[in-house]
Amino acid sequence: MNFDFSDDQQAIKRTAKEMLAERFKLEKVRELAEAGEYHEEAWTEMCELGWAGIFIDDKHGGQGLGLVELAILCEELGYALAPVPFLSNAAAGLALQIAGTEEQRQRWLPGIASGEARGTLGLLRAGEAKLVPDAVGAEVIVLLTGDGAQVVEAANAEIEPLDVIDATRPYAAVRADGGDSLAGEGGDSPYRLATALAAELTGVAQRALEMAVEYARDRKQFGRPIGAYQAVSHRCAQMLLEVEGARSTSYYAAWCGDAEPESLALAGSMAKAYASDAGWRVTASALQVLGGIGFTWEHDLHFFLKRAKVDGVLYGTAEEYRDNVARLAGLSREPATA
Amino acid sequence: MALACAAFVDLTLSPTEQEFRDELRGWLAENHPGEEPKGDDAAFEFRRDWQRRLHQAGYAGLSWPREYGGRGATLIEQAIFGEELTRAKAPPAANVLGLAMGGPVVIAHGSDEQKERYLEPILSAEEIWCQGFSEPDSGSDLASLKTRAVKSNGEWVVSGQKVWTTFAHKAKWCMLVARTDPDVPKHQGLTYFLMDMQQDAVQIRPLRQITGEAEFNELFIEEARVPDENVVGGVGNGWAVAITTLMHERAGLGAGAAASVKIALGQLMELARERGVDGDPLIRQRIGQIYIEAEALRLNSWRGLTQIMKTGVPGPEGSLPKWQWGEVNQAMTELAMDIRGEEAPVRGSEWTYRFLRARANSIEGGTTEILKNIIAERVLGLPKLR
Repeated sequence: MNFDFSDDQQAIKRTAKEMLAERFKLEKVRELAEAGEYHEEAWTEMCELGWAGIFIDDKHGGQGLGLVELAILCEELGYALAPVPFLSNAAAGLALQIAGTEEQRQRWLPGIASGEARGTLGLLRAGEAKLVPDAVGAEVIVLLTGDGAQVVEAANAEIEPLDVIDATRPYAAVRADGGDSLAGEGGDSPYRLATALAAELTGVAQRALEMAVEYARDRKQFGRPIGAYQAVSHRCAQMLLEVEGARSTSYYAAWCGDAEPESLALAGSMAKAYASDAGWRVTASALQVLGGIGFTWEHDLHFFLKRAKVDGVLYGTAEEYRDNVARLAGLSREPATA
Repeated sequence: MALACAAFVDLTLSPTEQEFRDELRGWLAENHPGEEPKGDDAAFEFRRDWQRRLHQAGYAGLSWPREYGGRGATLIEQAIFGEELTRAKAPPAANVLGLAMGGPVVIAHGSDEQKERYLEPILSAEEIWCQGFSEPDSGSDLASLKTRAVKSNGEWVVSGQKVWTTFAHKAKWCMLVARTDPDVPKHQGLTYFLMDMQQDAVQIRPLRQITGEAEFNELFIEEARVPDENVVGGVGNGWAVAITTLMHERAGLGAGAAASVKIALGQLMELARERGVDGDPLIRQRIGQIYIEAEALRLNSWRGLTQIMKTGVPGPEGSLPKWQWGEVNQAMTELAMDIRGEEAPVRGSEWTYRFLRARANSIEGGTTEILKNIIAERVLGLPKLR
């Protein structure tokens, strides 16, 4: 029993952390967010490092690694709040890798792995995918419905950019007819991308926790650091509990994806449900610790807060995943209709 | 104990660990003692007999080094042991405090003579141990305790009061922390003694709790005698020795806790189905959340164990399980009461008992408030107020 990363995985994590810390100091994240831009150079660099294709077969231009390695990168990217189209591209890649025909894979995966023809993914409900990250500029869009999955060329889709509170990533509503089918409901890829998203949320929450703790140590009122007061320190302890819970459930789901796929549906649902709540609660709690300054545009926390809120509903809400947990845990089959 | 770095994350058991588990399961299947009899004394003798059987098979004092009668079991094996016993619905050993705390403390801090004298009777359940730490005025602030030990004619004379003492009426030895020097800072003036409970100077009074029965006792100690050889770890070292005890207490809770939560959760889901509320969206959300938190508890524990085995130092996730367990248990028992509605407050149901008993989970073995302080100070590095 070894619930920790291997040496190689630790190396990936370390490299990612260092590279992102260098490239994405918070001033840079803010600059890009306020301009509504992505960091194209950093994206190219990441793709050259093999990040975009980390879980993709090497015959399609990827690194041939797994969901654990993808989750490691997602967590670091969330921590840095890096403005790059990584998660959306990975989501499309996961669906195509798992459920695409060989022809579909050959057509789309190399571009996703190299980042030169990136993809994205949306959940289609009543003919529309309401919240699709990075749709503008994508070549290919995977649309998951309740009982199927389609892959459409972006050129054939109706893409309506949205004005969303998360300035670090562009979102759009997407409508499309037809397209090619993917096998089944996209296989178990919905749970893989749920896991990747849970890992991203873990990174976002971790950053907020660190901001809160640093502030609680430095900010003095009534002659002492505010972190000495239990109302504040206990709030921070609660934040740690939730970050670690998000981390443990994400890592477990990632492991299931690679080693015990029959457990992935339950594990991925748990991770996304827990991380959705934790992401919001921890960032909101951090805002409370920061007090007035946490409410300013000038402080960076709100970028994390808003990303957490959007990620919480992206690709399914906490409530939906929690109900799935109840079902998969054996409670009973379906919720009662109202 | 360093672990060679595995090639990859691995949440399955290693061949050695699997062998340990399979052997244990087989033994439990053949040696399960059956249902525990009712009645305090009968139940206790039943558990004592069970412990003797465990000891013969080499399962008592699992974590102790082999040279002291244990198996030198790894943390993973200890966790497996806790899980398997819970799963098999086997009773606990009679001498839980001696096995989990008393023995490890004597091994860590005791003299060779003390190890020779005390360890075997713990394992065989011949001598039962209890804990004399908390006092009416000293709970979370344990170091403020007032029970006094004075040296007189080569032995120690002890007077004071202890509270929350489990097994006092069955115990031979009490792990007693008393003040031997009132003139130095409070943490420095304490000494750890092994006090003979079978003397008239030690009066035991049962402490009735909200569930109705008396798991705990109060001790009224009036000039009890403790020989000098019964000092453990040296005079004035009581705080360090007490900390060892408390660390083992918290670690001991971890082992079977996640497993028993899982079993109770299964029962809760069965209850929901029986009452026809398993389709109710609100109930599904609450059960789903409890399930997730119970899993997070289990996974945090495994991550924590991995860290300790690799580095000897627990990571932040290691300080969370006891706190989380209390919250999950309370949430579960509260939900069960909500599902049962008007029949919930009627005495006689296991759920009603558990609901009341769970109120202590956030207090015993370290209050949630103290655990949060520990996390804030030692894990997050926030400053102390006091």
